[in-house]
Amino acid sequence: MVQLSLPANSRVATGKTWPKHGDSKTQTEFKIYRWNPDDTQNPRIDTYFVDRGDCGPMVLDALIWIKSKIDPALTFRRSCREGICGSCAMNIDGTNTLACTKYMDDIKGAVKIYPLPHLPVVKDLVPDLTGFYVQHASIEPWLQTTTPPPEKEWLQTPQDREKLDGLYECILCACCSTSCPSYWWNGDRYLGPAVLLQAYRWLIDSRDEAAGERLDNVEDPFRLYRCHTIMNCAKACPKGLNPAKAIAEIKNLLIERQI
Amino acid sequence: MTHVEPGGSGLENRRPMSPHLQIYRPTLTMIMSISHRITGIALYFGTLLLAWLLIAASASPAAYTAAAACVNSIPGKLILFGFTWALFHHLLGGIRHIIWDTGHGFAYPQREWLAQATLIGGIVLTVGVWGIAYLVS
Repeated sequence: MVQLSLPANSRVATGKTWPKHGDSKTQTEFKIYRWNPDDTQNPRIDTYFVDRGDCGPMVLDALIWIKSKIDPALTFRRSCREGICGSCAMNIDGTNTLACTKYMDDIKGAVKIYPLPHLPVVKDLVPDLTGFYVQHASIEPWLQTTTPPPEKEWLQTPQDREKLDGLYECILCACCSTSCPSYWWNGDRYLGPAVLLQAYRWLIDSRDEAAGERLDNVEDPFRLYRCHTIMNCAKACPKGLNPAKAIAEIKNLLIERQI
Repeated sequence: MTHVEPGGSGLENRRPMSPHLQIYRPTLTMIMSISHRITGIALYFGTLLLAWLLIAASASPAAYTAAAACVNSIPGKLILFGFTWALFHHLLGGIRHIIWDTGHGFAYPQREWLAQATLIGGIVLTVGVWGIAYLVS
């Protein structure tokens, strides 16, 4: 259902401004979404100042700096710090991306950080991605075959392998799905760009033999066809992939199957 | 032993929804998608206007004169101008979607070009049609 405004318990209030730390003249202002499950207050925006002389260049460096130097309660996910795990996906400066690969210098003015959009918030910048993972499981993202397995591995020509380029690199960070207005309004039934890109990744794998069932599974007014080519997904993807194109390819596979 | 249901404390129900439309930086392709919807809805009303004119024209000279007077008034012309723009904007948006449906024009910057072409093309065609209409009349 389309609900443009936030529910009453989700409206964001102004929080506190934390004192500056360190004596460097170059301080970058951060405005960060906070919500604590242990009190009964609404979410708020806290303001911090990051001492750039004492901190690395990335937004994730700044978050870790704030957590170590100013506010140990600030909560966010992070792991690899090099754009391969997808943990630190969040909304930075109005666009979903990975905090670890986003330069602070690329942002004009205060750095505004929110959790990934239109998700239940667990705490601060940590959203609940359970539904996203359930949807990913629903497309059965593994190789399915009916012919007897070969003695060694399933072989694939270099040309067939190339078809997986631009798909296999997906790290399931959910930046694309949570940038998509269609996914905001119908995320309970629409699979969303990330999961559909994965669906296509298995559909065009030359070794997979379940294409028919896979197409049956997504052929649905909501699961697939809620994509209205808004393109926020392709713009948001921190790996430079194009879920919108993958979705268009699935739609075309379904048309080809009809004729 | 007490069985503890995850989130059974009602915590999951208390969880706020993270901001979305309020905080997402608008993209041109996103705006073109929304405007495609809005112009589509506007065309329903524009078509009613057209039907009204045609019915009036076929009814009687007096009915047509009254309808034409409405359309020729300043607010009437503004509505007609908006209808013209909605028609062209929606038409070009449709062509853009046909191109995307073939699997082309998804890459950067082609997708931005298509969105810009929809926006600029709709305005140019609208102004062009009205310009020609004024030159002819």
